[in-house]
Amino acid sequence: MTENIIEVNHLTRKYGDFTAVNDISFEVKKGQIFAFLGPNGAGKSTTIKMLTTLLNPTQGNIQLNNVNPLNEPNLARKSFGIVFQDPSLDDELTAYENMDFHGALYHVPVDLRKKRIEELLKFLELWDRKNSLVKTFSGGMKRRLEIARGLLHHPKILFLDEPTIGLDPQTRNHIWSYIQNLNKKENITVFFTTHYMQEAELVADSVAIIDHGKIVAKGTSQELKEQTKTQNLEDAFLALTGKTIREEEVTGKDYMRMAHKLWRK
Amino acid sequence: MSAIYVFWLRQLKRYYRSKARMIGALGQPVLFLLALGFGFGPVFEKAGAGNYLEFLTPGIIAMSILFTATFSGIEVIWDKQFGFLKETLVAPVSRLEIMLGRTLGGATVASIQGIIVLIIASLAGFTIQNWSMLPLAFVFMFLIAVLFTALGTALASVLDDMQGFQLIINFLIMPLFFLSGALFPLDTAPGILGTLASLNPLSYGVDGLRYALIGVSHLGVFTDLAILGTVTLIFLGIGSYLFSKIQI
Repeated sequence: MTENIIEVNHLTRKYGDFTAVNDISFEVKKGQIFAFLGPNGAGKSTTIKMLTTLLNPTQGNIQLNNVNPLNEPNLARKSFGIVFQDPSLDDELTAYENMDFHGALYHVPVDLRKKRIEELLKFLELWDRKNSLVKTFSGGMKRRLEIARGLLHHPKILFLDEPTIGLDPQTRNHIWSYIQNLNKKENITVFFTTHYMQEAELVADSVAIIDHGKIVAKGTSQELKEQTKTQNLEDAFLALTGKTIREEEVTGKDYMRMAHKLWRK
Repeated sequence: MSAIYVFWLRQLKRYYRSKARMIGALGQPVLFLLALGFGFGPVFEKAGAGNYLEFLTPGIIAMSILFTATFSGIEVIWDKQFGFLKETLVAPVSRLEIMLGRTLGGATVASIQGIIVLIIASLAGFTIQNWSMLPLAFVFMFLIAVLFTALGTALASVLDDMQGFQLIINFLIMPLFFLSGALFPLDTAPGILGTLASLNPLSYGVDGLRYALIGVSHLGVFTDLAILGTVTLIFLGIGSYLFSKIQI
């Protein structure tokens, strides 16, 4: 029996009247690759923000590597790394500087830092452009750099919020093989979200599906397929979450702004 | 400690790379210095108040620091919008270190900007009274810079976008500048103006800078140093607190 590295109990986040995450509970075992799936606006990113100390929950409990991030955010931050869904690079710095900055923040020793930066930038074919300012990069290059940066320090838990969005199948494959290797070699727990169901089916040891802020199913892809009597995870996902198209994911801030505008009228 | 250094370095790199911004930020103070300095010079002299350029230069140095420092604090909003702030907020360094690194970096940049204005003023005819007081001038420049970078950071921590920017310029920065004694002597200022100026922390910065550069002080250099230093610490505290409360 391996221990749980992430434990979430009755987690809730409200924005005014809107409940983005509604009383969810789940756990992730150490060394697992865990896929957190759901349609747009289901509450994935809000959950990740709460797990990574960027947002305080309205209610509920989180344990990350036996630390409560609410009480000890600094300690909790030591145990994870994250690749965000939306851009988080400094455009005015070069690719190398972005990497180096990250390495310094995560206390990666200088020699190791240099070695890994070279390895990762070469791996993601950005080495030739290492001294170019990030603002001159294409969308795909920025995404690759973002991932390279997230892999620079080897945390206990790696959060990947739609890491492969906008990347071609070659690059996606390439990146996943690297992450799987990291997961095996260093026993790093991976918590990721994606809209590519094949990706999830292929790499995830365990899956949770969230919809309208609630977890609607948990288990291995095999279990979910059996439960819904479907052939693949994509069909299982559709069977569980329905076929209606969701509104684009709106951040909490947008809800607040919306509420603020309504209130002012 | 290393986190403070990397954030400081980042601010300097950004400054060094955006030459356009660097020069743009000099435009206004230089215009004020030359147009007002030479324009009002004869009137000031006729009134028996001495050389206006000498009087004005410390005020304009303070002005350029005020603007650059506040903006570099407010840059936190850009980082929020471009996402880079998230990257720094999830890192295993305390928010106090992030805030201090950024603020010291922004303050260094603002001080450099102030020194450039001093050099330009010297070329235009300004003379430093007593070179041995120059380190004291740098101390005042840096204190003003830290104070207003912290203020900018505090504002940026509670704002989500640049909508309120114009409001901050017109209702905070401009009044702070005009009511600081940067442009006119405070000892002859009428009642309410004098009172407002005495509540303005920048007045003490301008006065201290004037003492260090031309040997003239209205409020007393020790009062200047004590009040400016205290207010700077208070603002650093407020800025750090509000920064630590940011949620994304």
